[in-house]
Amino acid sequence: MIALDDLSLRWKIPLRVMAAVLGTALAVTAALVTREYDEMRQNLESHAKSLARVLANTLVTPVLHDDIWRAYEILQSARDPAAIAPELQADVVMVTDAEFRVFVSSRPRDFPIGASPARQGGAYARLRAALMDRKSTEQQVIEPADSVHYFVMSPLVADGVALGHVILGYSKISFVPRFIGLVGRAAFVTLLVLLLILPVSWFAARQTGAPLLALADAMRQVPGELGSARLPDLPQNKDEIGQLGDAFRRMVGELREKQELEEQMIASQRLAAVGRLSAGIAHEINNPLGGMLTAITTYRRHGNGDPLALETFSLLERGLDQIRNTVAALLVETKAKDRSFAPADIDDLLILVDAEAAARKVTLHVGGRLQSPLPLPATLLRQIVLNLLLNAVAAADHGGKVRLGMDARNGMLHLSVCNDGAHIPDSRMAHLFEPFASGREKGHGLGLWVVYQIVKQLNGGLTVDSEPGNTTFRIEIPYGEP
Amino acid sequence: MNDDDRSPVRLRRRCFLRSALVAAALPLLPARAEQGGLRVGLTPVFLDDQMSFLTRWRVWLERRLKRSVVFVQRGSYREVMDLIRGGKLDFAWICGYPYVRYRHDLRLVAVPVWRGRPYYQSYLIVPADDRKTGSLADLRGKVFAYSDPDSNSGFLYPQYRLASQGENPTTFFSRSFFTWAHRKVVEAVGVGLADGGAVDGYVWDTLAEFHPGLTSATRIIERSPDFGHTPFVARRDIPAAEMRQFRGALLDMPADPEGAQLLRLLSLDGFVAGQPALFDGIARMAMRVGKV
Repeated sequence: MIALDDLSLRWKIPLRVMAAVLGTALAVTAALVTREYDEMRQNLESHAKSLARVLANTLVTPVLHDDIWRAYEILQSARDPAAIAPELQADVVMVTDAEFRVFVSSRPRDFPIGASPARQGGAYARLRAALMDRKSTEQQVIEPADSVHYFVMSPLVADGVALGHVILGYSKISFVPRFIGLVGRAAFVTLLVLLLILPVSWFAARQTGAPLLALADAMRQVPGELGSARLPDLPQNKDEIGQLGDAFRRMVGELREKQELEEQMIASQRLAAVGRLSAGIAHEINNPLGGMLTAITTYRRHGNGDPLALETFSLLERGLDQIRNTVAALLVETKAKDRSFAPADIDDLLILVDAEAAARKVTLHVGGRLQSPLPLPATLLRQIVLNLLLNAVAAADHGGKVRLGMDARNGMLHLSVCNDGAHIPDSRMAHLFEPFASGREKGHGLGLWVVYQIVKQLNGGLTVDSEPGNTTFRIEIPYGEP
Repeated sequence: MNDDDRSPVRLRRRCFLRSALVAAALPLLPARAEQGGLRVGLTPVFLDDQMSFLTRWRVWLERRLKRSVVFVQRGSYREVMDLIRGGKLDFAWICGYPYVRYRHDLRLVAVPVWRGRPYYQSYLIVPADDRKTGSLADLRGKVFAYSDPDSNSGFLYPQYRLASQGENPTTFFSRSFFTWAHRKVVEAVGVGLADGGAVDGYVWDTLAEFHPGLTSATRIIERSPDFGHTPFVARRDIPAAEMRQFRGALLDMPADPEGAQLLRLLSLDGFVAGQPALFDGIARMAMRVGKV
């Protein structure tokens, strides 16, 4: 059944356990009932056999003496009309002579004296054949298939000679009511036991299935919702399901790392492409720009002083200056010669930012200090820290905090700038360092781009962690020990 | 026989066995040695086995005769007859048939009065559900129940009837058997064990009164002529005084309150001295059957 195969383990395990419990209960009950039935049957048979033996012994004398009434009284005394176990009550008891004629019977009207029981036909006719077949001095139990009776026959033996037989006929169905009662009792007890066991088994089965279900739930979130996969819900134990959980956890972890790496790589490649593009454009612009500015300077020095032309050239010069500044900002280049980055540079930067911070009532904290100048170009580092601090002050909440952290150890400068403002949304994060990607109206959108370019040129690394209330830029730049 | 009647019957049978055992121990004593004790023989052939009744009767007789009385019960008339003819009993209550057979060894003491007369009849009975059988002749080849081979009503009369019809009584029925009690003949016929039976009419009528369940399973097809009722007899050499005292006690029973009550339990009116001629009819039948 497909429907059953597709059923959730949530139901499948408990149902199978229920089926097993029910099956066991039924099997045990059936076995007990069968055993009880056999026992009942054996009791009945042994009772009948011993009764037949006793009757046969007792009846020898009356039969020898032809004392019909005495024999009848003995048969009657073997019957208990108020029997506690009616199934032990013979339906018919008769004594037959050597020719299989009735000597006396407990039911004279059905089996009159002198008549052959075979006259009744059916099973009784078969009895005679059975008597002829066997040694006539043995007790026999005969159970004709087509008769509602079964018979116990005991020979009446006097001095080794069979005078006849005592035949006890028992109804096959007389113990059916007792058997039904037995089955009823067994069913009742089984039901009681099941009432106790089933809820416990159901609960246990649900517990068994729960870790698998948790695992399946977590798997459904991969790879679509990798970030929100509820890994802590997974089973922690050491069994096979626990091992599966561990493997799954590892797999999700690796998938997440891979995803992050891919994102970083894409961002880096994009930034590299943008960098190459802007550098190319800057060079192409810088060459004619230099020529144009030189031409304006030459005209001023050697021109005829036409006021309108001078005014026009001033306008052109300012425009060209702005283009040069913008291109210069795009094209960050390490100057070959620069002084080392000194602790005093930090103080200068703090003074520069202070005015802006005061305007927004942002508190500046500085953690750590540089002990000595570092062999890093001061201009570029000042540019990085200034840009990051200004960004942080602008991003911080009104009256918020900005923190600058510094540490130089083992040839590596660690800088960190945090603010407590609104965090950077994921959609912006991917393009954070690209030029003109600023989210603010103020500024030209090149601040972080410049930072990125400088860090790259200095072979450093840069990470951003942004969550509500805390955005941190971390920068690592290696420096050679002086 | 229906279920209501079965267990009292069985109880009685056990009572009888017990009393038989008690009685069996007693005759070991020489009967004459006990000077004061009167020995009275009884059979269950027509007397219902009732220990309590017999005890009351014995106590009454002892008070009346001012000497001890022992009831000696035997299973058949023959045993009682052997005892009284051997002088081991003083008195016995027997049937008219053994009386006429051994009248020279016995002396007649008293005859019961039933329904005002010292007579009774033999009834031929068949099962109540047998609607076809109308006379003894219809029972040819059937199973027949007698009470006792020394009983007039339960054996001699049917034998005589067959002989007088020219039948051989030994081959007329396919099977016959003795129940050793009239009451059991009624039972045997009632359950269909026997197709017919001969029974003491006095016993049948008494049963019909006290145990109608037994008799209603049977139907009377023939009633015999009147016969002298079952007589009390004495051994031949009974002293005259003992004979007089015992007969007097029996004859006086109706006059005594306790005696009258005992008679009511027996369904008898009383006893009369009776004449041997009462039993001439039985003697003629016995002659005809050839057993005297």
